[in-house]
Amino acid sequence: MTAYSHVEAFPQGEHEHHGPPEPHYSSRIMPATLGMYLFIASEIMLFGAFFTAYFFVRIVNGTPWPTPPFHLPVFVATVNTLILLTSSATMHWATVSIKRGNVWGMRAGLLLTFLMGTAFLISQIFEYMRAGFNTGDGAFPTIFFCLTGLHGCHVFIGLTILLFMTIRAFRGHFSAEHHHGVEIGGIYWHFVDVMWIVVFTTVYVL
Amino acid sequence: MRNPLRSEGEAFRFLGVAIVAALLIIVAALANVWAGVAVAVVAFAGVAWWLMHDPVPGVAEPAPPLVSGTPPGQRRVLVVAAPGTSSVTVPDGAEVVVVVPALSSRVEALTGAVDDRRGDAEQTAAELGAKLPGARVEVGADDPALAVEDALRVFGADEVLVAGDDGMLEAIRDRVAIPVSRA
Repeated sequence: MTAYSHVEAFPQGEHEHHGPPEPHYSSRIMPATLGMYLFIASEIMLFGAFFTAYFFVRIVNGTPWPTPPFHLPVFVATVNTLILLTSSATMHWATVSIKRGNVWGMRAGLLLTFLMGTAFLISQIFEYMRAGFNTGDGAFPTIFFCLTGLHGCHVFIGLTILLFMTIRAFRGHFSAEHHHGVEIGGIYWHFVDVMWIVVFTTVYVL
Repeated sequence: MRNPLRSEGEAFRFLGVAIVAALLIIVAALANVWAGVAVAVVAFAGVAWWLMHDPVPGVAEPAPPLVSGTPPGQRRVLVVAAPGTSSVTVPDGAEVVVVVPALSSRVEALTGAVDDRRGDAEQTAAELGAKLPGARVEVGADDPALAVEDALRVFGADEVLVAGDDGMLEAIRDRVAIPVSRA
């Protein structure tokens, strides 16, 4: 049998205790996970606002897409899409490599991802320069530049992250045990690609 | 629900799903606009269903067994006390940690308006801390079972004593594998 003692209430006198310590984080959701959820939610709302404008212009307003006499460079965009999707594959290769302790595989993967992301962005800039229309030419160009430009901003941010990841990789910062920086950057890059799939499908193909 | 961006590998897999869904929508839409709309609806519903039903990695795996670092003859007791508890009964000579969950309603928890509830829990924790010299007293999560889980991560208790209602007792008993009884 275990002995128990009952502690009754008594007036609180001089005591070294200065209140309870800070609470633990609840295991229901970690702050990092909550941050990611909030980020995704904000991104959905951001892109959602632009897609709402797109669907309003195209379906509710009945604006021809693309509005004559303009044309969308579908072929260039398709090649760009393939480049971006391939960059996701190299990003995945980089992550898998570092998880297996293959540092040079990670470095090659990150470098290729960065180069392909840069190629995508440069190609998009040239596409803008040769589009033959500008934001002042009506609803279609406005929505086109807003949607693709918003995605381009995300690619630019992703490239900035990738640049630092690549520099850190070549400085020997990551290992099979510690590669959180590669993992998080990879998640963002894949997310940017998923958004491009949606943008490419709606703006260029359909 | 499974988070499709939980890890790089899962995000890459989600990208593959998005590509397949987009290809299906494009093919259907090029054949007929309404077919494209229908495929899009089905694709979005399918992805949502997949995310809802795909098992979360690690959930089905049994929890790793906890190894107690307590010296032989020493008991470690985790006490869960609801806010407002004025006294608790603890075993003599045991190492005791008391957790006071900051109980809140569902609306308060969802909106984050838990300051008052946390204040109640802190007051109770301070009172119990004064009555239990040598015991560590903490404020826990708004869910008692989660508060116990959090505490057990840093304090390998041999048993849990609950100073609360039957619902709290059962919720904790359902969640943890160590003995749970009323304080």
